[in-house]
Amino acid sequence: MQAEVTPAPKPKVDQSAAISHKRAKGYNLHAGDKYYAFAFLGPSLLVLGTFVFYPMLRTLYLSLFLTNNVGRPTVFVGLKNYIGLLTSSAYQASLQATAIYVIGVVALTLILGLLLAQLAVKKLAGIQWFRTIFSATMGVSVSVAAIFWLFIFSPSIGLFDQIGNLLHLPIVAWLTQPGPAMTAVIISTVWMNLGFTFLILFGALQMVPQPLYEASAIEGASESYQFFHVTIPMISPTLFFTSTVTLIGAFKSFGLIDLMTAGGPNNATNLMVYRVYQDAFLSGNYGIASAESVILAVIIALFTLLQFKFLEKRVTY
Amino acid sequence: MMLTKTHKTLRYLVLVIMAIIIIGPFILGFWTSLLPTADIAKGTLFSTHISFQNYVDAVQQTAIMRYLLNSFVISLLTMAAQLLFCSLGAYAFVFLSFKGRDFLFYVILATMMLPFEAEVIPNFATVRQLNLLNHYAVMVIPFLTSAFGIFMLRQSFRQIPPELKEAADVEGLNHWQFYWRVTLPYARISLFTLAAYSFLESWNQYLWPMLTTFSDKFRPVQDGLRQLQSQETFNNWGMIQASAVIVVIPTLIVLFVGQHYFKDGLNEGATK
Repeated sequence: MQAEVTPAPKPKVDQSAAISHKRAKGYNLHAGDKYYAFAFLGPSLLVLGTFVFYPMLRTLYLSLFLTNNVGRPTVFVGLKNYIGLLTSSAYQASLQATAIYVIGVVALTLILGLLLAQLAVKKLAGIQWFRTIFSATMGVSVSVAAIFWLFIFSPSIGLFDQIGNLLHLPIVAWLTQPGPAMTAVIISTVWMNLGFTFLILFGALQMVPQPLYEASAIEGASESYQFFHVTIPMISPTLFFTSTVTLIGAFKSFGLIDLMTAGGPNNATNLMVYRVYQDAFLSGNYGIASAESVILAVIIALFTLLQFKFLEKRVTY
Repeated sequence: MMLTKTHKTLRYLVLVIMAIIIIGPFILGFWTSLLPTADIAKGTLFSTHISFQNYVDAVQQTAIMRYLLNSFVISLLTMAAQLLFCSLGAYAFVFLSFKGRDFLFYVILATMMLPFEAEVIPNFATVRQLNLLNHYAVMVIPFLTSAFGIFMLRQSFRQIPPELKEAADVEGLNHWQFYWRVTLPYARISLFTLAAYSFLESWNQYLWPMLTTFSDKFRPVQDGLRQLQSQETFNNWGMIQASAVIVVIPTLIVLFVGQHYFKDGLNEGATK
C-alpha cells in the first residue's frame, strides 16, 4: 500500500501527528485512525447503506420495470412508467391535489404561527398561559390529531354540523365531498403543525433587538409598519427555515390522510405518498409506485437542497 | 409604548379566540371521552352522564395499553441506538482522519434529502427477506442511526476547543476514552436534543409500522389507534376518544414539564 510507505504530506497531518504522539515511530499515522474510523462509522454506514442508499438505487431501478405481484422486476420498460404517470389524468390530479394541500398547509401554518407568535411575544398579564396553550399541539401525534378532527368533521354528530344546524346553515358533508374533504385535511394538518411553528417563530421574535422597535416608534412608525419593516425582515431566516420544514413535512403527509379520508372521496385527497402506498401495497404495481417514489424524492430533494443552500449562506454571515 | 385600554382588551380577545381554537379539539376530545357513546351518537354533547367508563372499556377491551408499551419500547430503543451510533459517526468525522472522510460526509449529508417515504418498497422487501416482519426489530433496525443525527452532532463536536483534544493527547487518552469522557459530556445539550427528536420521530412513525406489523403484540400506538378507529368508528366514539386521550396525555405532560428546557434549548440554538 502506497500510504504505508509514504505518509500523506498534507498539512492536516499535523493534528493527527499530535494525536498519535504516543505511537511508535514509523507507525503509519492513518493506520490507527483507520481502525477507529471503521469501528466508529461502520454501524452507521451499514444501516444507512442498507436502508437509505440501496433502497434509493433499487427504487430507481424498479421504476424502469414492470413487476410481478411480489415486487420482482419482470419486463424492462425504460421510462414508460414515468411517461405513463405524467400523462395520466389520475396522476396529474394527485399532483394537483398535493400542490393544493402543500400550499394551503404552508401558507396557513406560517400565517397563523406568526400571528400566534406575535400575540404571545408582547408582555401581558397571564401571557405565559397562552404561550403554553399555543405550543400544546406539539405534543399531539398524527393519529390523535386525526381522531380528534375526524369527530369534529363527522356528519351530524360532529361539531361543525351541530353548529351549522343551530345556525340553520346548509349541511356540509365534510369528508365525503372533494372540496370540503381537502379543506378538512388541511385544517387538521395546520392545527397539528401550529405548536412547533409557533415555538420556533416565538423564539425568533424574542431575539429581535428591542432598540429597533424603540427607534422606529420614535420616528412614528405604526405597529403594522413595524411588523412588516422590522419584524419580518429580522426573522426572515427563521421564516424560511420554518416554511421549508413545513413544506417538506406536507409533501410527506400520510397518516392524517389515511385516517381521515383514505385518499377519498373520489381521490380528491389522494396525495403523492398515499398513491405510492396504494399502487405498491394495495394494487401490487411496484414498478409504477417506484416511479412515483422517485418523482416524490426528487421534489423533496430539491426543496431540501434549497434549504441547505440557504442555511449555509446564513452560517457564513 | 404603552398599550391603551381598548387595545389591550382587543389583544386579549384575539388571544382568547386563538387559544380556544387551539385547545378546542383537545377539550372536545376529552369531553366526549367522558360521555356515553349513545349520547354522542344522538348528538347530545351537553349530556350530563359523565363517567370514566370509556377509559375502563378502552383499557379492558382494547390493546391500547399494549400499544403504548410497544411504542415506548420501540422509541426508547431507537433513541438509545441513535445517541450511540450518531455520536460515534459524528466523532469519526471530527476527530479521525481517514481516506475519503469528506466524501463520505457529503454522501451522508445527501441522504438527508432522501425521504424514507420514497424508499418503503425496497425496504419492505429487505425486512421481509431478513425475517424481521412483525417484530420490534423491524421498527428499530432501519432507524438505528440517522444522517440528521450525525450531522447535528458533528456541528456540536466541532465546537470542542482543540486545546481539550491536545490536553487529552498529552494525558494519553485514546479515541474511545476521549469520546466517552470528553466529547459526550461536552455535547450533552445536543445529545439531549437528539434524544428528544429521535424519540418523537419514532413515536410518530405511522406508515412503516403500518406496513410491517400485523399483531397487537408489536403494533405501536399510532397504528393501534388506526386499528381501533377502523374497527369501531361507527359504534363506539366514546371509547375511541378515550383511547386518543390516553395516548396524548403522556406527551402533553412531557411537553409541559419540559417546556422551560425546550424554550432555553431553542433560544440557545438561536444564539449560536
